[in-house]
Amino acid sequence: MLDSSASDHRTAPALRGDERTVKILIAGHFGAGKTTFVHSLSQIAPLSTEEVMTTASVGTDHTSLPEKTSTTVAMDFGRLSLTDDLVLYLFGAPGQPRFFPVLRDLAFGALGALVLVDTRRLEDTYPILELIEDLDLPYAIAINRFDQAPEHTVERLREVMDLEPETPLVICDARELRSSTDALITLTRHVLTLTPENAA
Amino acid sequence: MSGERPRDGLVRSYVVTGGRSTPSRNHFDAITLITCSAPGPGRGGLSPEQRKVLDLLAPSAQSVAELGARLHLPLAVLRVLLADLMSAGHITTQRPITKSDRLDRKLLEEVLAGLQRL
Repeated sequence: MLDSSASDHRTAPALRGDERTVKILIAGHFGAGKTTFVHSLSQIAPLSTEEVMTTASVGTDHTSLPEKTSTTVAMDFGRLSLTDDLVLYLFGAPGQPRFFPVLRDLAFGALGALVLVDTRRLEDTYPILELIEDLDLPYAIAINRFDQAPEHTVERLREVMDLEPETPLVICDARELRSSTDALITLTRHVLTLTPENAA
Repeated sequence: MSGERPRDGLVRSYVVTGGRSTPSRNHFDAITLITCSAPGPGRGGLSPEQRKVLDLLAPSAQSVAELGARLHLPLAVLRVLLADLMSAGHITTQRPITKSDRLDRKLLEEVLAGLQRL
């Protein structure tokens, strides 16, 4: 997690309101670098928005009585203007399976998802991949390079994550604008390959 | 309001607002841009939160997610405020986000070109 410092000198153009907006989800387990990634790319000081989810709390440790509880889910997001008329929003997607309803709303109309992975916590990525696949979103994997992370071959990583041959896997550094941008370019190219020519 | 925005008939009710329902969720998607009507109707009868929404929109349009973050309001609550503001003519929105945006090759190519220029 990064601190959102008060000395953030980002300058995003003010919006007129008639721009087209698109969104991409930045998914990943806790600590995979979602917030860092959004910070690297956003042209506004990244914000956090909340969604409230009401769930029956049966089966939790706290009570044996069935009652409704509200859970607040915070989602970090950032914004960047791609052209005068096209604005991209990046949403850090909550990765816990219990937040699936919120994720489903967030995924509606999204172009795709970039799944960030810390190779020290590969097993935490499996449920995220299942979640993204359930959402029927095209996705690419970005291995976020951490200094102490063990070196795995790309082949081995693809194997343990059980990736389809066409699913892109890139190595990135979520702290760097260039590297993070390249990961989004890879994802967008992938989404294009899945989009039929005649569907306009 | 243009009065021409398509309604898809999907309505969701919110317990928090006494059973009132709002336009479909994708009408106020997190990335739907909201613009203050100019000139808008008088502000009499608006709640403090609704006035805050209009104050935030005065300098520039904002997405639903940005409004929620700046007002510290959960999106479900904000959507209700926005629906009321829209039906009273205070705000307008873009077209609703649709699931087929992803199938628009031209849009995807523009996104790709935009990212490559960063």
